[in-house]
Amino acid sequence: MLTMKKYTIVFIACSLFSLIISPKAHAQTNPLIEKVAQKLALVNDYVAEGVMKTDVSFIKASLGKVKVYFKKPNLLKVKKEGGISLLPRGGVSLTINTLLNTKQYTTIPAGTQVLNGKNLTVIKLIPTDENLDWVISTLWIDPVEALVYKTATTTKENGSYEILMQYGEYAKFGLASKIVFSFNTKDYKLPNGITLEFGDEDPAVKQKLLKNKKGTIEINYNNYLINKGVPNSIF
Amino acid sequence: MWSLIQIELYKIFRRPRTYIAFGAIAALIVVIQLGLKIDGNSYAAFLMKDINDTLTVDGKVLNGYLICYILLQLLLVHVPLLVALIAADMISGEANLGTLRLLFSTPYSRTHWVLAKFIAASVYTILLLIWLAFLALFVSMWIFGTDDLFLMKSNYVVLIQQGDVLWRYVGAFVFASFSLLTVTSLGFLMSSLANNSIGPIVGTMSAIVFFTILSTLNIPLFTIIKPYLFTTHMNNWKEFFDIKVNANNEAITGSVLNIPKIKTSLIVLSLHIVLFVSASILIIKKKDILS
Amino acid sequence: MIKVQHISKQFGNLKAVDDLSFEVQAGQVFGFLGQNGSGKSTTIRMLLSLIHPSSGSIEIFGQPIEKNRAAILEQVGAIIERPDLYPYLSAKEHLQLFAKVRKQKIESARISDTLEKVGLAGRAQDKVQTFSLGMKQRLGIAIALVHNPSLIILDEPTNGLDPQGIADIRQLIQYLAKEEGKTVFVSSHLLSEIEQVANQILIIHQGKKMVEGGTKELLDPQKRIVQIKTLDDAGTLQVIVAGSFSNYLLPRKEGIFLKIPTYEILLLNESLIKAGVALLAIESKNALEDYFLQITTNA
Repeated sequence: MLTMKKYTIVFIACSLFSLIISPKAHAQTNPLIEKVAQKLALVNDYVAEGVMKTDVSFIKASLGKVKVYFKKPNLLKVKKEGGISLLPRGGVSLTINTLLNTKQYTTIPAGTQVLNGKNLTVIKLIPTDENLDWVISTLWIDPVEALVYKTATTTKENGSYEILMQYGEYAKFGLASKIVFSFNTKDYKLPNGITLEFGDEDPAVKQKLLKNKKGTIEINYNNYLINKGVPNSIF
Repeated sequence: MWSLIQIELYKIFRRPRTYIAFGAIAALIVVIQLGLKIDGNSYAAFLMKDINDTLTVDGKVLNGYLICYILLQLLLVHVPLLVALIAADMISGEANLGTLRLLFSTPYSRTHWVLAKFIAASVYTILLLIWLAFLALFVSMWIFGTDDLFLMKSNYVVLIQQGDVLWRYVGAFVFASFSLLTVTSLGFLMSSLANNSIGPIVGTMSAIVFFTILSTLNIPLFTIIKPYLFTTHMNNWKEFFDIKVNANNEAITGSVLNIPKIKTSLIVLSLHIVLFVSASILIIKKKDILS
Repeated sequence: MIKVQHISKQFGNLKAVDDLSFEVQAGQVFGFLGQNGSGKSTTIRMLLSLIHPSSGSIEIFGQPIEKNRAAILEQVGAIIERPDLYPYLSAKEHLQLFAKVRKQKIESARISDTLEKVGLAGRAQDKVQTFSLGMKQRLGIAIALVHNPSLIILDEPTNGLDPQGIADIRQLIQYLAKEEGKTVFVSSHLLSEIEQVANQILIIHQGKKMVEGGTKELLDPQKRIVQIKTLDDAGTLQVIVAGSFSNYLLPRKEGIFLKIPTYEILLLNESLIKAGVALLAIESKNALEDYFLQITTNA
């Protein structure tokens, strides 16, 4: 009897130990996350056309046409059609598709929250692979539609950002019709000796710059080409 | 009058000295383009240091349009000195040579001669600017290619779409022509006061340096006079590269942020040109030609 | 042709020209004589409207210069003081350039003829920076002549010329006046040259007119001016004063000068030798030079 008890203790200890020492081997899943992941699993790749708007206090940029390329599991590229694009550092690549497709995370339920009139389930993801770029990500998910309406992710090297999503005709694939990236901005300043600008500074500009330390990049998608094949050379 | 302009242009372009400015501009631009071609990425990285903390910039930032902007910033400070070399020599140079008395004893009035000389000097200035434009813009576009214009100002960044850039450069060069013609007219005025060219050339350069300092110093005492100084307005060609944003902070393609500022500057520069040239004519008309 | 009435020019405290009046008739060769700094160039510059007179009036071709400048100067050709030109242009280019400022069209043949006239046909394509002073002077004269003016103003035209060049200019002036009927206003301090070409002279000294008149009238060809050189000037002077030649004595600070009819020079010679004067020479002086010195010394 003592031996049986001993074996049970050892078995439990080993199980617990294996959980601790080999996080890669085993990720805890959440049924809602699974539901979302299943929906997203329908998409092997897509090419989306959209219009990108950059709203950062110290940047004046016009709307620009973009193409967004995605390929399973986590390849993502935003390309402006002719021209220079500005994207949050490291942030764009971490969409829901790329987050969930890694399957290297533990889920922690975090209750519910009402967002824009929707009752959403809040779930936190913690990566189990220490090579991943992110530290923690919180998802706000509609439990009925299995659609993620908001993520808030903290990265290892590129700060924290939020992504808000809206859905339209591609909701069944879990693909948003509008994505808004929000991120913190640092101060921008170039010395007058470099820019050769020695005129008086516009006080309105200065005021605007002082007020606003957050930036957003918004992409409105108007077309998805799903599962048509995307070559790796794009990325 | 047309004959006089032809004569003056002929004299300007027969002098070897005239081509120094064209050569100097070409040498300056080629050296800068070469430097940026070899090591431009370091320069761009330095400029984008603050931006790269927050954003990833994807695209050809260091393209012909940006190179041209950098070149204009550098050269439109120094080209006035090259303009002064010819403009400040137009009358005093002839007085020094002794040929002024030959010209003023012909049937054409002194006013005709002075205007013809100013027009010829202006043609030279415009040709110099066209040469600068060709090298700075079109050769840069050829070497570095084109993309959106990613302008890093002191406090903010302006991203202008490719298709929205070229007309702005046309506007900027037209504006720059007014700036340079103001320098031409100032040199011309100095030239009408002296009988040799060293004084007017040095005087013109000194005046530009002096007034530029007054224009850029943020001392309250100078605030009153700044709006009236031509040097305050000379660099406002840059206003063509600042765009309006709507309530959503979206840049409005094809817009210019401060058109009234451009208009005011053009008026001030034009008034200076008229004032300087009129003063030259009055001085020359009254002057006894003793050289 | 030229009518100058009471012109003056003040530069600060200096009165460069003082109440000067004269007239130049059509077809004349008018000699304008004066030492350096006497006001010649200032007067010429006023004629050409390069300098504004402080007072007085100038009419050329019967019209006031300040009101009809363009029409007047269309018919005037001038060279003023030294020949300053564009070193980077050739002789031909200079003439082409100055031909362009005339209302009348000046043919290429005229340009070639003018260069021929001044002896520069062989150097037409050469840049002026390679020219000697004399060649530049010729080119300056060519510029004054290229448009066939009716009044030619030459300020020191023989400056820098060799004796042959001087003779050529003299012949040119005579040709222009006699053959082409031009009026020539020539200033110089080379009195011997003016004497040979001018039929009217004016002597200016310190901005003031000293004398004006026909060359022939001013310089009596029947009398010559002679200088008597001896070992004893004082004694010789006493002899002349006591004798019959005293009327011919000219007042001079130094030396013994007489203005004496040519035929009496021999008699004078004999008289002096008879009186025991240690006579070294009786020298004939340039008439106009002497006249000029006389006028300007006594002023």
